Amino acid sequence: MSYIIKGQTGDWEVVIGLEVHAQVTTKAKLFSGAPTDFGAGPNTQVSFIDAGMPGMLPVLNAFAVEQAVKTGLGLKAKINRRSVFARKNYFYADLPQGYQISQYDQPIVGEGTIILDMPEGSRNIGIERLHLEQDAGKLVHDMHATKSFVDLNRAGVALMEIVSKPDLRSPEEAGAYLRKLRAILRYLGTCDGNMEEGSMRCDANVSVRPVGSTELRTRCEIKNVNSVRFVMMAIDHEAKRHVEVYESGGAIQQETRLYDSARNETRSMRSKEMAHDYRYFPDPDLLPVELDEAFVADLEKNLPELPDDKKARFQKAYGLTAYDADVLVSEKENALYFEDVAKGRDPKQAANWVISNLFGVLNKQGVGILESPVSAKNLGRLIDLIADSTISGRQAKEAFEAMVESGKDTDTIIAEKGLKQITDTGPIEAAIDQIMAANADKVEQYRSGKEQLMGWFVGQVMKATQGKANPALCGDLLKKKLAQ
Amino acid sequence: MSELTSLTIAEARSRLKRKEFSALELTEAHLSAMERARHLNAYITETADLARERAKESDKRLAAGEGRPMEGIPLGIKDLFCTEGVQTTAASRILEGFSPPYESTVSQKLRDAGTVMLGKLNLDEFAMGSANITSAFGPVKNPWTPQGRKAELVPGGSSGGSAAATAAHLCMGATGTDTGGSIRQPASFCGLVGVKPTYGRCSRWGVVAFASSLDQAGPITRNVRDAAIMLKAMCGYDAKDSTSANLAVPDFEAVLGQGVKGLRIGIPKEYRPDGLNAEVNALWNQGIDWLEKAGATIVDISLPHTQYALPTYYIVAPAEASSNLARYDGVRFGLRVPGKSLDDMYAKTRATGFGAEVKRRIMIGTYVLSAGYYDAYYVKAQKVRALIMRDFNEAFEKVDAILTPTAPSAAFGINDKIDTITMYLNDVFTVPASLAGIPGASVPAGYTTEGLPLGLQVLTKRWDEETLFRVCQSLEDAAGFKGLGPL
Repeated sequence: MSYIIKGQTGDWEVVIGLEVHAQVTTKAKLFSGAPTDFGAGPNTQVSFIDAGMPGMLPVLNAFAVEQAVKTGLGLKAKINRRSVFARKNYFYADLPQGYQISQYDQPIVGEGTIILDMPEGSRNIGIERLHLEQDAGKLVHDMHATKSFVDLNRAGVALMEIVSKPDLRSPEEAGAYLRKLRAILRYLGTCDGNMEEGSMRCDANVSVRPVGSTELRTRCEIKNVNSVRFVMMAIDHEAKRHVEVYESGGAIQQETRLYDSARNETRSMRSKEMAHDYRYFPDPDLLPVELDEAFVADLEKNLPELPDDKKARFQKAYGLTAYDADVLVSEKENALYFEDVAKGRDPKQAANWVISNLFGVLNKQGVGILESPVSAKNLGRLIDLIADSTISGRQAKEAFEAMVESGKDTDTIIAEKGLKQITDTGPIEAAIDQIMAANADKVEQYRSGKEQLMGWFVGQVMKATQGKANPALCGDLLKKKLAQ
Repeated sequence: MSELTSLTIAEARSRLKRKEFSALELTEAHLSAMERARHLNAYITETADLARERAKESDKRLAAGEGRPMEGIPLGIKDLFCTEGVQTTAASRILEGFSPPYESTVSQKLRDAGTVMLGKLNLDEFAMGSANITSAFGPVKNPWTPQGRKAELVPGGSSGGSAAATAAHLCMGATGTDTGGSIRQPASFCGLVGVKPTYGRCSRWGVVAFASSLDQAGPITRNVRDAAIMLKAMCGYDAKDSTSANLAVPDFEAVLGQGVKGLRIGIPKEYRPDGLNAEVNALWNQGIDWLEKAGATIVDISLPHTQYALPTYYIVAPAEASSNLARYDGVRFGLRVPGKSLDDMYAKTRATGFGAEVKRRIMIGTYVLSAGYYDAYYVKAQKVRALIMRDFNEAFEKVDAILTPTAPSAAFGINDKIDTITMYLNDVFTVPASLAGIPGASVPAGYTTEGLPLGLQVLTKRWDEETLFRVCQSLEDAAGFKGLGPL
């Protein structure tokens, strides 16, 4: 355990639980048929149900239920065969019905686990529950001097609230948890995990305690932090604030706090005394959700391979290191790309090219693998050409750069650049003869024992052949001729 | 013209088919009756032009021999049903000017059956009341008046406009909604048949919600056959209401005439408390006698948790209402009273828009759902509700139907000062069936000494409206009740 806050009175550790709101990937809202497209004009994705019109009734989106169950299975969690939707009552202008339909004491998914691969080893983080609920709308305050505008496009959008146990012990673990959860959701296709567009949002519950203590002290909830990095920074800041408060003799009040990323600080939003009494009760407009065993079993049977399993397989089947496997499985599309490249080739070399070369380019360009300028097929072809000695590793790198630049396929680039390696002995021998004739002194020195001159000779041959000579062949021929 | 308003739905149906008169003539007769009887305040909105338009359409269909099951029958629609392009108020100021862009499933089904909507009927605000005196549009008057004294009576509630209009022949029948007795009790007060079907029989989609787990639409008519005809047109599965039952709709009319021979009728002792109104008690005994004479077997039964039904109802219904009515916040539709802040706007809008009874129930409901009280009130009430359901389930193992009075009294005066608890006690006999979700109907069976109508209530097990109609018709036949003629 690496994250310790050194205080004046001693060492402190942080206790973190995360609540993630993940937008369910589904075409319709949780209780209405309205669409959920991101970026649509204000109030264009709103049904009478979402707008809370009189007499309108919610009808549960069956696919959203399926997605929640799938997610539960992916989190190795208990699927509750009976769950109940409840109303969470409060007034706000972005909440048309005056209540949010959520799940309270009977969520659809119970306890589960997420495994984190930390540098110190793997850590099992408990999942407390997953429940389905509606999102609220959005208030726009900056369009008018005295009025606020209401956009209900998001009102009623299906969310999964995924609550962890307070098992996380560092900002790094919190970050790893979010990345892992995101990967699992994306593998399952139940949430696109896009934090910028708000389809994955995170609240962090943070408290601290002296190292060695097992008590749970008063926590603060930091609301709606919209990137993994900010979550980590907010936790770090909040934990240190708690330590300062305790060490100066103060007490932490249970409250909700907002993270200000510009100032890297949290500030109070509302205290426990000001907290709403939500008056939860079962929604009488909806029947309890009853799942039959076959339905759950069927979803379980058809689950895709998830990151943990894929990583294990990559290590076993391809002989990759844990680190490389981890990097490759973090995104489903990356893993898919790698497997396309590795198929029928040296997997380690494939992994090397994907991780060291391709990911570098993608990072620099700020694009994902789906927008990669080099397709898996072309990268594979490049590796094949190295393997059959058509091109050298150096030429391959040159070709790769050109492929990134132009987006052209491997063979075109090789032809255009004339990158074919010389593997005929004739031209190489001719070049060697010429170099030996012109450098008789160096030949003499070599023959009298200065063997480190071999590198110089190779360099000269490469220069003479514009780098096209096969280096291995070149070395062999030089050795033979110099020994004569 | 008054001859046309005196017809039953069944009669008008066959005579329209025989083209003895047109749907437009039938509608015009009712429109002029409505005009003459505006003092009853039964309608909040009259939709004369729309009615004529639809009647003409009906005439076209009738002429082409393409009449639908209720083609050309003029009805009133309780102003709790959203009607496309027609102001829908729930008798509340807070919905002032609200004209829904959609039609409730029930009123749509009635349109699809060929009926003609005459207008939107008055009710207690948000259907909360038992006397139709809480309407923001003023009280409705019962067309019945007592003999020997001058008094204006309430029509009962909350479907008071529906009952008054049907009794006064201002429509041939009307939709009502029943949450704790709001169809049955006004039917009893106005000498009509009122049927609350099984919860889930009629779609709640597009009906302004009061208490979602209890609200159920049904017909108010002048006889049992008309109720059977109208209910068939109103009910049926609706995928837009998750609590709607996916069951075939029986032909309720087909069972009429089958009588009650061999049926076992339960008489629950808990419905005969000390101090039960003597006239009501006598009428109940009379009803028992009629059914026995018609060949039914009378069985004494017990529904032991009956005494807890009313307090249970006054926890469950307000709890749901407090949440259902949260959407009336001035943000999107209806009344908005500006305020200094969002919270101030909410407070002012709701203070102005809601009447006293609605506020009372919102406060009760908010209280019973609050942290620290939820278990003691709401959870306990749900448990008692389950016991009340069990009472009925056990009873229906022994009997086919249950006979009780509908209300503890006949209609009372509009100006009578009645305290809240006494007012709530109006529903003491109707609320248990609402909590159990079973069907119930009120049939006019007799009169008080002042000549005011009294009804008897029939209850059956879930989805057994057919037995309900058989028993109702047997009582109707025996009672020979004579309603009011056209005014």
